[in-house]
Amino acid sequence: MPLDAFEPSLFELSHGEGGREWIPERGGADLASLIPSEHLAPEPAALPVVSEPEAVRHFTKLSRRNFSIESGFYPLGSCTMKYNPKICDSLAGLPGFARLHPEAGADMAQGTLRLMDDISGFLAQISGMDKVTTNPCAGAHGEFCGILMVRAYHEDRGDDRDVVLVPDSAHGTNPATAAMVGYKTVEVKSNSSGCVDLDDLKSKLNDKVAALMLTNPNTLGLFEKEILDIARVVHEAGALLYYDGANLNAIAGVARPGDMGFDVVHINLHKTFSTPHGGGGPGAGPVGVKQRLIPYLPTPLIEKSGEEYTLNYDSPKSIGQLSTFYGNVGIVLRAYVYMRMHGKEGIRRNSEHAVLNARYLKHLLKDHIPPEIDAPGMHEFVLTMKDKSRFGEFNAMGLAKNLIDRGFHAPTVYFPLIVKEALMMEPTETESKRTLEEFAATVVDILNEAARDPEKAMHAPYTTPVKRLDEVSAARNPVLVHPCCE
Amino acid sequence: MVFLPHTPGDTQDMLNTLGLKSVDDLFSMIPAKLKNPPIEFPPALTEMEIQSLMESVAAQNRGAQCLSFLGGGAYQHFIPQAVFALISRGDFSTAYTPYQPEVSQGTLQAIFEFQTMISRLTGMSAANAGVYDGATALAESALMACRATRKEKVLVARTVNPHYRRVMRTYLSAPGVEIVEIPARDGAVDLEALKAALDDDTAAFFIQQPNYFGVLEPVDSLAPLFEGKKALLGAAAYPHSLGVLKTPGAWGAQIVCGDLQSVGIPLSFGGPYSGFMACREDLVRHLPGRIVGQAKDADGRDGYVLTLQTREQHIRRAKATSNICTNQALCALSATIFLAMMGPRGLRGAAAQSVRQAHKLYDALCSIEGVKPMFGQPFYNEFALELPAPAAAVIAEAKKDGVLPGIHLKAGEACDGEGLLVCATELTSDADVARCKEALKNAIDHVKTHAVV
Repeated sequence: MPLDAFEPSLFELSHGEGGREWIPERGGADLASLIPSEHLAPEPAALPVVSEPEAVRHFTKLSRRNFSIESGFYPLGSCTMKYNPKICDSLAGLPGFARLHPEAGADMAQGTLRLMDDISGFLAQISGMDKVTTNPCAGAHGEFCGILMVRAYHEDRGDDRDVVLVPDSAHGTNPATAAMVGYKTVEVKSNSSGCVDLDDLKSKLNDKVAALMLTNPNTLGLFEKEILDIARVVHEAGALLYYDGANLNAIAGVARPGDMGFDVVHINLHKTFSTPHGGGGPGAGPVGVKQRLIPYLPTPLIEKSGEEYTLNYDSPKSIGQLSTFYGNVGIVLRAYVYMRMHGKEGIRRNSEHAVLNARYLKHLLKDHIPPEIDAPGMHEFVLTMKDKSRFGEFNAMGLAKNLIDRGFHAPTVYFPLIVKEALMMEPTETESKRTLEEFAATVVDILNEAARDPEKAMHAPYTTPVKRLDEVSAARNPVLVHPCCE
Repeated sequence: MVFLPHTPGDTQDMLNTLGLKSVDDLFSMIPAKLKNPPIEFPPALTEMEIQSLMESVAAQNRGAQCLSFLGGGAYQHFIPQAVFALISRGDFSTAYTPYQPEVSQGTLQAIFEFQTMISRLTGMSAANAGVYDGATALAESALMACRATRKEKVLVARTVNPHYRRVMRTYLSAPGVEIVEIPARDGAVDLEALKAALDDDTAAFFIQQPNYFGVLEPVDSLAPLFEGKKALLGAAAYPHSLGVLKTPGAWGAQIVCGDLQSVGIPLSFGGPYSGFMACREDLVRHLPGRIVGQAKDADGRDGYVLTLQTREQHIRRAKATSNICTNQALCALSATIFLAMMGPRGLRGAAAQSVRQAHKLYDALCSIEGVKPMFGQPFYNEFALELPAPAAAVIAEAKKDGVLPGIHLKAGEACDGEGLLVCATELTSDADVARCKEALKNAIDHVKTHAVV
């Protein structure tokens, strides 16, 4: 189904006056007699005025200008777009959860606290860690939490370290997080098989290195086979090993970061446990740690004494508080429902099918676009269109935009940064065999069309609400708010 | 096989194509000693079972059934049903971050409308697409002020929400930014102390309006203190209150942040919410997080894109303004739809009624013998009381009666004395006011009687 065409902004739709009362009149004093006049706005807020039917139509039209996992295949590598079960949303929204005030007190919130404690236990089991906090609001927030704990650990031991190592294939958040916590970052090279170059790692490890941040499987979709050696050399240097859990969905139920030697782990609940992406959040980024890092966990801590759950803010070595209250509780509840519906066999089966689908799709495509590394991969894989003798001027971005014209979302392009003309594909476990085959056939068809009429293929998309947008001018002369004033 | 489409035949076909015998062979690259770890996990539940489990657990949240007068940064305001219906549309809720603008115009345009509404509500010239919540918005605003002024000291009023101040400490400890808390006098910032602390090394001063105690701070006196200084004036705002209160821009704030929970997001035990950050034109390039801008397409049509991305982690990596990716988009969308539904008149009506009901509640509670206002200041929809009995015991007693009368202010934490922070909104009826008075009075009497024994 093609997406909806142009929709004016709310500000153009606004009548400028009128509007509706939503609440009953209850009488009482005039506002000016309750609040000194210098605090009051001279006129109502400059918001648009539209009726409910107009607003509903406006936002419905906007929704129809979006691609979503419910409307089609979304093979975005590293982003893990898979089906989001409806039951998770509806149960997290039960009035007993949704109406609960965060300051009601632990005694008034025993149900929610119990679930938060239970899911921490499940996540500890799945990740192989000793204790988990659900406080961080997103993956990047989890990274921030984890690296703050790394710093607290070293400082507590009087160990002065100022470097965090990240592989050259890492997610952008890794170096950004390290910098936010005050660390310098040093890159570790990948070897010709797409994994961490152990010799390069050894040469960069010393008593200034606080941690190595690693994703496993890595962003090429390859399992770091030398992980046990990596862990050993990192620990021998007195550094900690940090697990970026963005790709946990490839191994959940099969192998555990804790067993590989990781000391700190963050888990993106929206990826492995399928909470909705929401067009860019809210997510949740629980963090798990080994025993020696438990004292540094963020506050508040959920504790259990007897059958009673309590909230503890008094933890002297803690890195402190990360958000106003306890993180994205509503998202944690969705993941709880998802996990309970799967059990450990179900979670393992998801990983198996995620890998099976990725391997199958790679198999269907590899004769048409070569993989960067031709080795058995996991839940995602990276193809490259860098060979100009084969693809001419047609490139990864061109293929992405043509896929959009054919009703598929584009794969991740130009990431990881170490691969030229990269196409990073992750089908996930919730896609059928038929969808994968249709997608592969479409890619082949696009390549053929592009060979026949490169000019046309280079300028796709044609069927979308807008064509390619001029991002350079938009950044040079930014228009960030609607200009018309009411 | 809860949400997996393959039949056993499909799986076998695919394995055959790959030349594999079983699904276990898919994991041959993982060292054997790492495989098949012992995992303790309860057995899978059917949809019917999980539904009844969650319903019974939800019923254990007694706080959700009580009549609540809690605020302190999370407020129970009216939300039109259309907000929930619209954000539940899968085209919004199951879309990814709008990195492919041609198929994400819905999310992008909604964010642009959000930025415009937040800018207008706060009296600023621009806003970002949102951050995690109010506390992290304040922390990020403080870091932003340090970047913009190249200074490493931030002042914050002690009347700012204590949770916000704690999160600020967590964030600012990392780069080693110094935080100086400005003391309060009678529940509002001590202007003399602020004047004395505001030196040439200061990046910014942050104040909350209304403050944690509901007190309306003397904001008009602030801007003159900053004349001729490099330091920025920052505000944490309560967006719902901007239906009646003067915009922070009008009293001189240059960065405004806050939590969007009050405008269209359910309480949900503290999250997910979304924070917002708005600023003056000259500070835009220091904002962290996503920002949407207008752009023209190849045919000259208007569209929207993520812009100024050279500030962000996926481009700048270690040199980014923050590591943040998310903007809690669906929560920001709730706020956008809420503000569109309510409009200026609806928001003003609800905000004004919150103030009126709070003042009725104040009069009712202050008529209880021994109950006194903690401060002699004008307030918005929240106020602090001193009780004639220990607050913790009084609250515990009122809870038994099905009433959450307020937040316990512990001596020495948010303020010097011990007390109760009480809140009303437009959802507080006159009958609720009477019920709160009755419950609080009974609880105080009970505690006093039993304390004597």
